Order: sequence, then C-alpha cells, then structure tokens
Amino acid sequence: MSRLLARLFMAVVGIVLAAPIVVVAGVSFNAQRTLTFPPVGFSLAWFGEIFADAGWRGALLTSLAIAASSAALAVAIAFPLAWFLWRWHAPWARLFQVLGTAPFILPPVITALGFLSFWATAGFYGAPWTVVISHAVFLVTLPLVTITLGFSSIDPSLTEAAATMGADDRTVLRTVVLPLVTPYLVSGYAFAFVLSLNEYIIAYMVAGFTVETLPIKIFNALRYGYTPTMAAVTVFFVAAAALVFSLVARFGDLPRLLGAWSSRES
Amino acid sequence: MTTARPQKLADYAPLVFPAVMLTVFFVVPFGIMVAVSFFRRVQGAFYEPDFVLANYARFLSVFFGEVLGFSLVLAALVAVVAVTIAFPFTYLLARLPRRRQVLWLVALLSIVSLSEVIVGFAWSTLFSRTAGITNVLVALGLMDEPMSLSPSFGALLTGLSYHAFPYTVLVLYPALARLDPTLMEAARTLGASPPCAFVTVVVPALRNTILATLIMVFVFALGAYLLPQLLGRPSNWTLSVLITDQAIYQSNLPFAAAMAVFLVLVSLALVGLSLLVGRKEAAQ
Repeated sequence: MSRLLARLFMAVVGIVLAAPIVVVAGVSFNAQRTLTFPPVGFSLAWFGEIFADAGWRGALLTSLAIAASSAALAVAIAFPLAWFLWRWHAPWARLFQVLGTAPFILPPVITALGFLSFWATAGFYGAPWTVVISHAVFLVTLPLVTITLGFSSIDPSLTEAAATMGADDRTVLRTVVLPLVTPYLVSGYAFAFVLSLNEYIIAYMVAGFTVETLPIKIFNALRYGYTPTMAAVTVFFVAAAALVFSLVARFGDLPRLLGAWSSRES
Repeated sequence: MTTARPQKLADYAPLVFPAVMLTVFFVVPFGIMVAVSFFRRVQGAFYEPDFVLANYARFLSVFFGEVLGFSLVLAALVAVVAVTIAFPFTYLLARLPRRRQVLWLVALLSIVSLSEVIVGFAWSTLFSRTAGITNVLVALGLMDEPMSLSPSFGALLTGLSYHAFPYTVLVLYPALARLDPTLMEAARTLGASPPCAFVTVVVPALRNTILATLIMVFVFALGAYLLPQLLGRPSNWTLSVLITDQAIYQSNLPFAAAMAVFLVLVSLALVGLSLLVGRKEAAQ
C-alpha cells in the first residue's frame, strides 16, 4: 500500500517536471506559425530555422563559443587551487576556496552587477571576452567542487607508493594523480559548460547590448510575441543538457559526484 | 594527501593563477560595487565618486519596503513549497536501485540547469490560452472554454517552485543518500509503518538539514529576476528585478549597487546561519 503510494507520488512529480517540456516540444512540431498544443500537423521547420536564420545561428554559435571557453577557464582556475589545497596543509588558502564558492551561492544579480561596475570602470564594457571571464569566475564553483571530490577519493597509498619509488611531485601528479582525477575534471567542465550555455543575467549585464547569446536572444524575442522557433530552441537546450549529463553518468559516478558516499549498494 | 605545510616559495606556484583570477575578477568587482553604492548619481552621465548615503536612504521609502517585503514572502513561500515536496521525494529517490536513480538525477540536472528564460517560456506556454492546461480541462468537460492563467501570482509561484524543486532535491540528496538505513530498520522492527517511521524518525533526525535547505532555497528564490517578469504582474516584481531595472534601464548604478549590497548582507547572513545549523548537525 505505502509502496504503491510512494510510486504514485514519484510519478506525479515526474509528470509535473516533464509537463512544460512536453508541451513546448509539442508546440515546436507545429506546422503553422502558432503556439498550439496538441500540435496541428507535423513539421521540423522550426528546428531548421535555428540553423537557417542568421540571427538564431549567430546566437547559437556565440553561446557555444562562450560556454566552451569559459568552462575551460573555470577548470584552469579550479584545478591548481584544488590540487594545492589537497597537496598541502595551508588553512589560510581555504580563503580562496570560499572565494571560489561565493559567486555561485549569492543571488546571481549581485555577481552580475559587480561585473558590470568592474568592466565599466576598467573601460571594457561590452567586449565579448568579458563575458567569458565573468562566466568562468561565476561558474568556477562547479569544477572546484567536483575536482576537490576527485582528489579526496584518491587512495593515499597510491601516491605514497609512487613517492617511495622515487617519483617527484611533478611525476606523481602526471602519472598517478591526473589519470585518477580526469573523470572529475571532465564532469566539472561539463557542469560549467551547460550552466554557461543557459546563463542570462551576467551575460546580459556585462555585454547585453553587443553580444547576443541564446538566452538573451530568446528573452528579446519574447517581447515581440512567441514563435515556435523559441520552442525548438528550448527543446535543443533540454536535449543538450540531457546529453551532457548522460555522458557524465555514463563515464563517471553520478550519485557520488552529487554527494552520496558510495553508490555500490542496492 | 599530506598534512605537510608548503616548504619552499615554489610550492605556492599553483596557487598564483587561481588567486589572481579570483581576486581581480571577484574581490575587486565586489569592492567596486560597494564603493559605487556610496557614489553620487549624475543625471545624464553614470555617476561620480563621492561618499553619500542617499542611495541607502531610499530604502526607507514605502515602495522599496513593499518590494522587499514581497520578495522575502515570495522566496519564503517557494522555499516551503519546494522543500515540502522535495524532502519525501529525495528520500524515495535515494532508495531507488542505482540505474533508476541515475536516470532521475540526469533528468533533475537537465532541468536545474535550464535558464530562467526557458522555464519562464515553457510555463507561460503551459498557462496560455492556445496551448495551455486549460485546454485539457475543457476536453475533460471541467471548463467551458480555455483561458490564460498568466501573468498572475499563482503562475509566478508555480514557475519559481518548478525552478527551485530540482535544486532543492540536489541540496537534500547528500544527506538523504548517506542516511543511516538502520534508523529506519529499527523503527520498522518496533512496529512503525513506513510513512509513520518516515515522519517520526527520518524527519526529526534531519531537522537541521531541512532548516539549512530551506535557507538555501530561500536565497536561490531571492535571486530569480526573469520569472517575475515573464509570469508575474508588475506588482509581483522582486528586488532582483528592481536592481536590474535600476542598473540597466534607469542608469542609476549607485542605487542598484546599494540594493545589491543590501541583498548580499541578507544572503550572507542567511547562508552563514545555514552553515552554522548544518555544522551543528555534523557534530552530533
């Protein structure tokens, strides 16, 4: 009885979570230029328009370029920091760990406004690369958390053995530590990539008048009425996120990455 | 790996790049923002350096008080709704077989990473007259004709709770996945039914986690700025919307910065409180 209720409860939550996405996906297959559900006719034209229309294609490419480079920069900041904190006992260096976590926990509008004042003062307001740096600093928390987790999961006897055999720090890092941490590094990159792709307020405040990312493009387009192309872009976003996280789950241990001690039981 | 302290100056080398990046691009912008909040606004230009409290004094207006009050009440409501549904959900999720658990986690991660623009667009479609849920009610004969449900406070609360739900599950997940299974077994052995054991054993055991999660979700909801614009009426706009509006459209960066500093203080105090609460539980 209670097991049945539990299943029912989870099913209802699942349906509510899926509902908006299902409706939007339905709308995106409409044959006409209207938002109706269930869809009238079937057409993939709106998906085609993402690539055919110069505006949408440009926004897509801009978003992908910003996400790819800011995620790389975030990992480049997070990795040495996580390595240092794991390798050495230096309590004051924890300060930088807090700094790396703060932008993500605070309401994003604050971080966005901080960047706006900074880039305006520095005289670079509106330059596309400022979005890359801003996103990287904003999202550095994600690779920092996953890579820190990766280091903490390394069996200390492995590095001790390597050191006993005469390997110096650099060799241990390259031959033992790096291969073990790589899955966590890749997941950190993936998390930062997907979130950068979806980020609106920071990109908008830093360079909203010169750089058009996909979320900015959608929001601007919303003001002039809804079109099925937006629905198609939404489906693209959901699909991209689902694909990236499925890959993370396929090649890594997702429950562990998200904080379960061990996921082997059950 | 070791508890050794750094020996040589060269040992600090890996710290240089992260430290410089985080200081230059987070601490400095933050400092500039705090400084700007004391600057004087110049009509027609941006602002000029000064030390005035006028930007903070504007908080004392009725309008600001109303927006602040509304933002806090809305965030609190969202936190309560999200945690009430997410807590039993996460408990059940953490007990699923691994494969199904991973599927759920992938779905939750995909939704949590969705932009507010997308969530807002999806829900306003669902609340629309032409493609919305009212069409289903009409088809079932419960309503006479389809209608639009958005913008409204209910639409905004639904959208925000939807946006916060997967986040809440992911915040609760570690605590519930690590929950000692013998707690539940003991309660069951003593004759409690599973729902009874859940309410009388699991919930009290994790009350600090629940409190900390409520605060985290509260701060998360406080940061929403697009959903109020897409799903709510202008009277439903929150402090985050007001900050963006002042910064971008009114070009009043000093006032926006003052509001942001205020929001930081509220958020920091709450996050600090949640860490304190969480630590107390870890010590037990």
